[in-house]
Amino acid sequence: MELAIPVEQWSGAVGTVTLGATAEQGGTRRRTLTLGGESTLPFLRLEGAIPNPPALAMEVLDASPEKWPEPLRAPFGNVLDDPAAWAVKCVEEFGADAIVLRLVSADPQGQDASPEQCAETVRRVLQAVSVPLIIWGCGDNDKDNLVMPACSQAAAGERCLLGTAVQENYKTITACALADGHLVISEAPLDISIQKQVNILLTEQGLPLDRIVMYQVTGALGYGVEYAYSILERTRLAALTGDKMLSMPMLSVVGSEAWKAKESWLDEPKWGALERRGILWEAATAALFLHAGSHLLVMWHPEALRLVRAMLTALQPA
Amino acid sequence: MLAIGERINGMFREIGRAIRRQDPEVIQRVALRQVEAGADVLDVNVGPTAEDPVAAMVWLVNTIREVTAAPLSIDSTKPEVLRAGLQAAGDRVMINSTTAVPERMAALFPLAAQYNCPIVGLTIDASGVPRDAAGRMEVALQLVAACLEYGVPTDRLYIDPVILPVNAAQHLPTEVFKAIGMCRTLCDPPPKTILGLSNVSQGTTQRSLLNRTCLVMALAHGLDAAIVDVTDEALMEAMIAAEVLLNRQVYCDDFVRAYRAAHAVQG
Repeated sequence: MELAIPVEQWSGAVGTVTLGATAEQGGTRRRTLTLGGESTLPFLRLEGAIPNPPALAMEVLDASPEKWPEPLRAPFGNVLDDPAAWAVKCVEEFGADAIVLRLVSADPQGQDASPEQCAETVRRVLQAVSVPLIIWGCGDNDKDNLVMPACSQAAAGERCLLGTAVQENYKTITACALADGHLVISEAPLDISIQKQVNILLTEQGLPLDRIVMYQVTGALGYGVEYAYSILERTRLAALTGDKMLSMPMLSVVGSEAWKAKESWLDEPKWGALERRGILWEAATAALFLHAGSHLLVMWHPEALRLVRAMLTALQPA
Repeated sequence: MLAIGERINGMFREIGRAIRRQDPEVIQRVALRQVEAGADVLDVNVGPTAEDPVAAMVWLVNTIREVTAAPLSIDSTKPEVLRAGLQAAGDRVMINSTTAVPERMAALFPLAAQYNCPIVGLTIDASGVPRDAAGRMEVALQLVAACLEYGVPTDRLYIDPVILPVNAAQHLPTEVFKAIGMCRTLCDPPPKTILGLSNVSQGTTQRSLLNRTCLVMALAHGLDAAIVDVTDEALMEAMIAAEVLLNRQVYCDDFVRAYRAAHAVQG
């Protein structure tokens, strides 16, 4: 007896978002990065098209990460106190599709760097690499509202992705994106209703749907990641059933979440070799987010990125 | 829910007059107002009084197409008027409607197959409107059989279990709601369901209240589409709230605005 494989017909599709602008488009990027566009669930080519593969970005901090464990520091050599050199290494040596520049130095509890200092770092990283740039604030709303306008202007026309807009603080960053031709990360605390609400707030301020990337704050493997999986999956299903306000591509932060887990860094011989544990924790977390429907991963360890890239290649149709 | 705007109908005095005078401004204004109010589809009916209904339908369709690409529901009891409307509209159309009377099905299902478009089938046969849900299902099965006979996918069929004014047939809404639920078990993929909603409140004094309450109850039984007055804001908001409660739309604090904004993007 012949078995008919049931094929779901979806009425909607994930929207498409392009990061980065080339010289003809008013920027200086040599490469742009297009996310989304699927009319099916992740990797399920049987039911629809997957025009753009998921992308892997690497994160660069603008202040040397003193607390990073040795297995994480090792591959970077001596670039960890130079964001531009760090970014170059990520792109040229490790094959990152985009760079996330995290402005940790702006944190008022830490170095409290000025908006001008942060903008200068943005300029240097933009000059050093030619891939699209994601500029991510320090997480302090008041400080980010001072830092983001300066950084946005420094990168005007480059079609950067600015992060993050949250329900309580979205107006400044959205205004920056509108003024300087950037895109915005719409953030929610692992809550699909709040994600939709932030999206509607951004669109009502005039930001088009194709300039929004969604981000649910998630944990890593072992830290409630199952819940994150179901939220991302439900968001994808909403897009496929036609909910335009949940149809934007999704970003997931993997590196910092995975290396927060003690399993990644605690020197406990019974848990296996320390040099591999964090890498595997990050790669496994990344694989899970890709299967849940994420479009853009923010990675830390180059070996974890290589493992995920190998998985993506293996899952490509021959 | 697929919301089909009912206002472009020659039965309404303003529209009837615009058709007779060939006044495009009125038609286009009503078309755009309905799209802005959230119509997914615009129903187009020349009404009972047009002298040359074929010419009137073609003029109406062309007039609307000048201002919006919204899908059109070509609404007539006359096959030649339907054919003319479909031809003028091109793609993004549906046929409204056929009954289960064999001659009508033989005239209209081939049109649905030819234009590859949805068709509304009323649960009315030669003996009229059935009394209860079971009677409606018998007629619905004949409509499904016609789909198979004429090569129309069953999920392109919208079964309308025909609701009548509540002041004349108060037992009927319950039977109609039951029928909506039963339609899902008819075949695979199941046909969709639709209601010409405003009929339920004909001749009553609280039309908007009855309409929106009936709509919410029908949605709870699984209704897919309705021909409604989309400019009735309370009705549309009740529909949106029902979609959230039925988990057809993801909740957010501004769920009404989210629904309307998403539709504005699509339109």
